[in-house]
Amino acid sequence: MTEVGTARKRSEDARLITGNTQWTDNIQLPGMLYVAFLRSPYAHARIVNVDTSAALDRPGVVAVFSGADLAGEQGGLPCAWVVTPDMVLPDHPPIAVTEVRYSGEPVACVVARDRYAAADALEAIDVDYEPLPPVLDMQAALAEGADLVHSDKGTNKSYTWVFANGDLDAAFLDAAVVIEREYVQQRLIPSAMEPRSVVCQPFGDQMTVWSSTQIPHILRVMLASVTGVPEQNLRVIAPDVGGGFGSKLQVYGEEVITLILARKLGKPVKWTESRSEGNQTVHHGRDQIQRLRLAADADGRIRGLNVDLLADMGAYLMLVTPGIPLLGAFMFPAIYKMDAYSFTCTGVFTTKMPTDAYRGAGRPEATFAIERLMDELAHELDLDPIEVRRRNWIKHDEFPYETVCGLTYDSGNYEAATEKALQLFEYDKLRAEQADRRERHDTVQLGIGVSTFTEMCGLAPSRVLGSLFYGAGGWEHSAVRMLPTGKVEVLTGSSAHGQGHETAWAQIASDALGVPFEDVRVLHGDTAISHKGLDTYGSRSLVVGGVALVGACVKVVDKARVVAAHLLEADASDLTFENGRFSVRGVPEQGMSIQEIAGATFAAHNLPDGIEPSLDSEATFDPENFSFPHGTHLCAAEVDTETGFVKIRKYVAVDDIGKVVNPLIVEGQVHGGLAQGISQALYEEAVYDVDGNLQTTTLADYLVPSASDLPTFTTDRTETPATTNPLGVKGVGEAGTIASTPAVVNAIVDALRPFGVSDVRMPCTPERVWRALQEGVAQ
Amino acid sequence: MPRIKVEVDGVTYEDDVEPRLLLVHYLRDRLGKVGTPVGCDTTNCGACTVLMDGMSVKSCSVLAVQADTHDITTIEGLRINGALHPMQEAFHSEHGLQCGYCTPGMIMASIDLLRENPDPSDEEIREGLEGNLCRCTGYQNIVRAVRSAAHEMSHSEVTSHD
Ligand code: FES
Ligand code: FES
Repeated sequence: MTEVGTARKRSEDARLITGNTQWTDNIQLPGMLYVAFLRSPYAHARIVNVDTSAALDRPGVVAVFSGADLAGEQGGLPCAWVVTPDMVLPDHPPIAVTEVRYSGEPVACVVARDRYAAADALEAIDVDYEPLPPVLDMQAALAEGADLVHSDKGTNKSYTWVFANGDLDAAFLDAAVVIEREYVQQRLIPSAMEPRSVVCQPFGDQMTVWSSTQIPHILRVMLASVTGVPEQNLRVIAPDVGGGFGSKLQVYGEEVITLILARKLGKPVKWTESRSEGNQTVHHGRDQIQRLRLAADADGRIRGLNVDLLADMGAYLMLVTPGIPLLGAFMFPAIYKMDAYSFTCTGVFTTKMPTDAYRGAGRPEATFAIERLMDELAHELDLDPIEVRRRNWIKHDEFPYETVCGLTYDSGNYEAATEKALQLFEYDKLRAEQADRRERHDTVQLGIGVSTFTEMCGLAPSRVLGSLFYGAGGWEHSAVRMLPTGKVEVLTGSSAHGQGHETAWAQIASDALGVPFEDVRVLHGDTAISHKGLDTYGSRSLVVGGVALVGACVKVVDKARVVAAHLLEADASDLTFENGRFSVRGVPEQGMSIQEIAGATFAAHNLPDGIEPSLDSEATFDPENFSFPHGTHLCAAEVDTETGFVKIRKYVAVDDIGKVVNPLIVEGQVHGGLAQGISQALYEEAVYDVDGNLQTTTLADYLVPSASDLPTFTTDRTETPATTNPLGVKGVGEAGTIASTPAVVNAIVDALRPFGVSDVRMPCTPERVWRALQEGVAQ
Repeated sequence: MPRIKVEVDGVTYEDDVEPRLLLVHYLRDRLGKVGTPVGCDTTNCGACTVLMDGMSVKSCSVLAVQADTHDITTIEGLRINGALHPMQEAFHSEHGLQCGYCTPGMIMASIDLLRENPDPSDEEIREGLEGNLCRCTGYQNIVRAVRSAAHEMSHSEVTSHD
């Protein structure tokens, strides 16, 4: 059978296109109460007093609690990644008790009979604040005598993490070219369309939590340890989840508090955020200052790279906040060979919303830096940007290749992907047009941006995570249940929120078991059903979870083979298994389908001695290595030199993600990824004012692009299978986002080179482009 | 409290509502019509789009009292004799959704777009859907879906007139 590789339309669509969905906010339970949070209007202040008495008198209000009221039971929010032994890790109460450290931090909560009453009563809470100085600038925060975010810690530095390999001094000593740049990765707001929502229902001493989360399994463990509800009494369900992009890879204070309130009041409790609340308090992404130095020979061969990062942690360290830049640490050298590499990252506290994973998480930042540098290098040496990359990249016959970071890239073919992209793009033709426009001094200039990227995906080998002091493993679990009627239930520990697991996993199981696609149901996102897992992030679901499913299917077939041999009165080694049917070698008509065997096993009337009456199986897969998708993206941008307006004229993405289970889903993932990466380049930025208030609290201020802001993409693939897993897959969730940001900025800078422009800070708004142009011309 | 009479997806409801109650909350919290989601509080995202007397409105920007005497169609009322609306079919066939949170609003807005312009260009589709945000798809397959639904719907109208 060949389900894998087929563009199956998605099974999950049936409920999503008819409104027959189960978003967390849809859940209404008898006697349910609603929570609203009062949030700090200050970036930094001491809480002198919280008076909740007037709010308690408001109609419909059931209870009001300040942080102090809950101090004894609310615990602290977890950080699972202590990146260095001396990392500064401040306490992080779900509701602030003595001090607030970012605007939007919760200071009290109201529980009421409906959502309007809860929101109304917030204004009746009286909080006395004593304002403290905000800390907004990373470099100033590190200076001697700076105001402190956590005064008891004596520093705004959380950690400095270092990696080095090779002789960097030698690499820079008499290098023909040294490129030195500073790039800023602006702060982003992930902006999943479904706002966060949590419902908790107590039932005796059992608690069921529904949350709009990417990580029901991790959340369960964490909620148990924060609240003291024993893990076995806690069930976490991620029902339909409306996107995450990393923002729902978190243990949020509101989740903890909703659980605590339900336990305290003995009633089901719901909290759903508003968008403005979410923009302030869903963790943010990126926010780094990158200082980069690259040394190269006169022919463009890279000798060494030095990376010095400042990473804004925000006010606290959340689930994996400090580790995000480290996910990029190994990606700066990208697809290029070099002798020496050094990476230093300093995590800095500021009075802003904490940062954490956002699509790509560390790797887009790294890819941006190196791909921008490659274009700068090309310009310096007057080489074509493709040529300079060609001279440096790992050639297809050099795999497996151990990089300067110590990673082993198992496979890849950068030449093939680039060749295909150049053809689709009509590179030479566009270069000719560019030359022509330059010649004519056209007011609209054309720029061409290149990005030849790779990423480390399939998070992650548990041993590697251990060596980086991460708090858990990186395996994934799957189970297969053969039902009496021969139908199949697949359980997976990955937790889809738009990725289409219900379709893709059914395709995999259909092939592996030889049963019709329609006979497979995929269950996920409920710790009582898919009881074991590490959830969905880091392009890991297929590469780790899909491979676990293959393992579980193999075990089912092995068990079925024993039963089949018994029923067919043949030796197990004489049986073939094809298209779901066991038959005796050479006697094809003598056989039984695995679905019939499931029925016979259920009846258990005639099983071989000592064989349990069950074909059900489970498998847990721990990858030995990361996977390394790669690709070549080319962007042509028209830049209006009079207005600074940028229009993407053409965007070609050729991705090599190894084997493909469902090309339709893959294409969708690439499109969505491109949109987010392009949007970082052109539109999005979380802006705080001088007092530390977020100014981009709504979708009117924070520019999530609409259909008319984005181009039509040309996407294609090359296929170099991963050699480290039986499916040959590499992961696709983040590729588009990682590759596209530098492609766009490279195109803009390329268009403006004749005007002396060598950088435009993101997002490249018309104003920024125009200013860069004026400054370039002035020099 | 004012009393309103509204037809929603073919059923008539009469209710007393607070004057400030938003239509989307009336639909979701009072009628259990939770197929229409909420994505923002500033009428920017379009997730809550429904049809009022056949024309698309953002139900978070309409008060329940303003819907009095009007006819509301939500994503849950789109099926015709149990069959999916061609726009629903097209979003499925062209993979015009991932998480699906924007989808009810996208589908309703797209139906209204074709009502005004039965044969839109890609550019017109993109502009017509400007008020509906999707964070997952990058819009390309949404545009493709609307185009294909336009084709399908003009085709089926021709045949039904024959
Ligand atoms: S919820 Fe109505 S426009 Fe966003
Ligand atoms: S499909 Fe997720 S927001 Fe559109």
